[in-house]
Amino acid sequence: MSSLAVVPPGVVLIVGGLLLPFLEQRVRRLALLLLPLATLYLVWLVPDGAQLHARFLAYELTLLKGDALSRLFATVFALMAFAGGLFALNQERVAELAAAYCYAGSAIGVVFAGDLISVFIFWEAMAIGSTLVIWSAGPSARRAGLRYAAIHLLGGVLLMAGVAGEIAATGTLAFERMALDTLPRGLILAGFLINVGAPPLSAWLPDAYPESSWSGMVFLSAFTTKTAVYVLLRGFPGTELLIWIGLFMVFYGIVFAILENDMRRILAYSIVNQVGFMVTGIGIGTEMALNGATAHAFSHIIYKALLLMSAGSVLYMTGKRKCTDLGGLFRTMPLTAVCGIVGALSISSFPLTSGFVSKSMIAEAAGTLRLEAVWYLLAAASAGVFLHAGIKFPWFVFFQKDSGLRPAEPPWNMRTAMILFAALCVGFGVAPGALYALLPFPVDYVPYTASHVVFQLQLLLFSGLAFFLMLGWLKRTLTITLDVDWLYRRVGISLAQAFDRGVAVAWQGVTAAAERVTRDVVRAVHRHHGPDGALARPWPTGSMAFWATVMLAAYLVLSYL
Amino acid sequence: MTTVLPHLPALQVVIPLLGAVLCALLRRPAPAFGLALAVSWLMPVIAAALLWQVIQGGPISYHMGGWAPPWGIEYRVDLLNGFVLLLVAAVGAAIMPFAWHSVGFEIDEGRRAWFYCMYLLCLAGLLGIAITGDAFNAFVFLEISSLSSYVLIALGRDRRALLASFQYLVMGTIGATFYVIGVGFLYLLTGSLNMVDIAQRLGPAWAEHPRAIVAALAFVSAGVGLKLALFPLHVWLPNAYAHAPSWVTVFLSATATKVAIYLLIRFYFSIFGVAIAFDTLPIAQIVIALSIAAMVIASLIAVFESDVKRMLAYSSVAQIGYITLGIGLANQAGLTGGLVHVFNHAVMKAALFLAIGAVFYRAGTVNLAELSGIGRKMPVTLAVFTIAGFGLVGTPGTAGFISKWYLALGALDQGWWVLVLVIVGSSLIAMVYVGRVLEIAWLREPTPAIARASDPPLPMLLPILLLGAATIYFGIDTQWSAGIAEASAQALLGGLR
Repeated sequence: MSSLAVVPPGVVLIVGGLLLPFLEQRVRRLALLLLPLATLYLVWLVPDGAQLHARFLAYELTLLKGDALSRLFATVFALMAFAGGLFALNQERVAELAAAYCYAGSAIGVVFAGDLISVFIFWEAMAIGSTLVIWSAGPSARRAGLRYAAIHLLGGVLLMAGVAGEIAATGTLAFERMALDTLPRGLILAGFLINVGAPPLSAWLPDAYPESSWSGMVFLSAFTTKTAVYVLLRGFPGTELLIWIGLFMVFYGIVFAILENDMRRILAYSIVNQVGFMVTGIGIGTEMALNGATAHAFSHIIYKALLLMSAGSVLYMTGKRKCTDLGGLFRTMPLTAVCGIVGALSISSFPLTSGFVSKSMIAEAAGTLRLEAVWYLLAAASAGVFLHAGIKFPWFVFFQKDSGLRPAEPPWNMRTAMILFAALCVGFGVAPGALYALLPFPVDYVPYTASHVVFQLQLLLFSGLAFFLMLGWLKRTLTITLDVDWLYRRVGISLAQAFDRGVAVAWQGVTAAAERVTRDVVRAVHRHHGPDGALARPWPTGSMAFWATVMLAAYLVLSYL
Repeated sequence: MTTVLPHLPALQVVIPLLGAVLCALLRRPAPAFGLALAVSWLMPVIAAALLWQVIQGGPISYHMGGWAPPWGIEYRVDLLNGFVLLLVAAVGAAIMPFAWHSVGFEIDEGRRAWFYCMYLLCLAGLLGIAITGDAFNAFVFLEISSLSSYVLIALGRDRRALLASFQYLVMGTIGATFYVIGVGFLYLLTGSLNMVDIAQRLGPAWAEHPRAIVAALAFVSAGVGLKLALFPLHVWLPNAYAHAPSWVTVFLSATATKVAIYLLIRFYFSIFGVAIAFDTLPIAQIVIALSIAAMVIASLIAVFESDVKRMLAYSSVAQIGYITLGIGLANQAGLTGGLVHVFNHAVMKAALFLAIGAVFYRAGTVNLAELSGIGRKMPVTLAVFTIAGFGLVGTPGTAGFISKWYLALGALDQGWWVLVLVIVGSSLIAMVYVGRVLEIAWLREPTPAIARASDPPLPMLLPILLLGAATIYFGIDTQWSAGIAEASAQALLGGLR
């Protein structure tokens, strides 16, 4: 094996990313393209097994450990960095590019990390990198970035406590499959789940990602949630809890995406939804399901990036994000529209796209195991995906009414990036063998059976029909702001109406209560800890001396007791 | 060389002491600065030589004036205080170049020579506390360092510095008095002032006078607790740090409290711990409770502070809580965490206070509201502030992570899960107060008030960069920081009864 094999691929991207701001513009553009390619090359040089060790504290870290699963994720991450870099060539905020490359490099670091401490270290680096990507969008992203950072630091806290506990309890830091039977493992899982976008904290994702720049969200969509999927695949396959968490995420994403008006928030919700499919697959835990989750992560990164590039191009050219402000753009942006539609078809698992060959594996696994409820829910969700992302996004952005906007196609590099990923979507859909060969377990699954294709087409046809039948309601409500009441007007059933109203009232009550409690807590903390609070204001010298005596007395009295 | 080598322990203290006298005679800023710089740079050389000798050949015992202990004063260097000596000396050396511009900016010309004189006196006192093996001699050095630091704080430009200094004086005196009363008890009980000797004689005395020993322990705990600003005896610290000249804040935050912590560890583990079974007394529980209170309450106060220096001062109180928590845990991992945090916190806090000192030098203010966009004007300075801030939060790759990791392991050893969550969770509060500064510094548009600010001149910038680099270096290579802390902790715990 060549000596290059010991170069950790992620580190190349991180170091290169840190150097980006210091390069002259033309060199920088070249570096943006070459760094991910070099990384991709190095990824494929990593042989199986532990490769690179480092001493840290009293531990022997395994910084680089290759196997099929790691290589697959690292490959798609490097691909993603390349396409993202190409797409973002004319991003003027160099800080965003530097942060994005460090972020991507850390993600590759996580998937090659052979022990829990390395995972945690790269995990935190990812949190920092992604926060910086969000912040690079400018002042409007400031608060969202802070909330994002807080949530991810909380995740880091849980993970660190869990990792420390796991190492203390088992004496080994190897990152391997864990049964969910001790508190530290629960904490590790909780830390992972925060990044995957699991309830109850799913909201960080649609809250923060759409605030990033037109290019930033393309990067963000790929790494954080998918590294979390990777660590779940590695650490907690077959944990039944994950099935239900995944299903919750699937429907959470659908419901909120249908209600949403901002095109990039729609796509953000649909990340939660799609990752939900993967988490469900991990929860099912058979080889077929794990293969499915892995393959779906792979194809999801590509088509979601494609969708976001399409949305990013629209944002870049028009500066608008709301569906109600957009429409009719296919006239002047046909390529962007076509690429968006390819992405939309992929996410809806349309036959001959990558989504079709990957997502169906998860449902198939549920079917094989006779998990009927899971299977039906997944099938229903597939229809929902078509509704919220497959049709809604392209229809309202590129067709629908004529918004009067006549933007040109985006610059060549953005077009090339989109074409590249659109080709990959179709390519893997037509020839799934290439993707299947990369999967961790041997695949004996044929996606293109007559019954499967027909079933999927029917599903899509009917949900497409439903969409256009309901277009009248959709249009009317889109001219005003969307609200929870939209749901019950659409369904029109009094029972659902009452239920939804109840939910809405309860939800309002809960949020109001949460807000009130938070405000009260902050006020109470401020009362005591604020500059004028008893704990913080300057004390008179006498009371200082008094407390010194009290402390002395405390030591004495407690010792004599 | 062979004639000098055996006397290194004495030289470690005598040189800065003589330097202080010489400074007072020089009267002019430039030569005084030159002298202080030379002395400061010599100190880590001596300290490193001492530590090297200890690592090679075990503890050094130096008999002052040739008088054998326990009658004469003994300077005793083992791994623990060799480590502390090197820390104090190295921080002093690293930050000294910063002083020229900073002191020139903040202190009247006529007082600058006196300033350096007081600094050298303070340095001598701190090194003396760390090196001496005599409990009463430690009190003398404690007073030397304290008195000189009162003067240093009072030299602050702001008139509030006088009040802060006065309050510190009152509290410091109470602390020193408590300490000397405690030492007096020990002297009555054992007839000795030599630390090793006391430790040996205290065991037999425990059977006869347990109450007197408990009283001694209480007095020493409260007295030293005051000096090291253990919550709730920290109230002197925020004002003293906030109103002292920038450079003094750097120096005191990195060294003075650390030396007091060393003294507490010495008394707990090398004197009382050897003689009496600690677990019959509630000292550890009290210390842990106070540490947790410090970690949480002081961090919360820092969140609401608008003056960055005060904010960092409260953060110091919280970080001292981490250190004393390690002491209270009193197991291998916990004590290692506490000791290594003595080192790591000194490095990180020095970097932070230096950066803020540079900001004050350029922008003339440390009020958070007036520092909008300062990061764009002083990118290097604020970059180091950011790195060291991440260190306070405990991000992996920085020194702060190492401390937090060991402390978490220490808490796990006791099976205290809640404590683990408090340790890692309190870093979330640190993230809030550090993040507040970072947000204002980097993400907002610069205000006209700071339009002309830029990174400081090289003599100020180099120390900042050095300590920033150290924050990262000691987060990755822990051989010297955690390695020595681990060995020290092992030695300390090995002596416990």
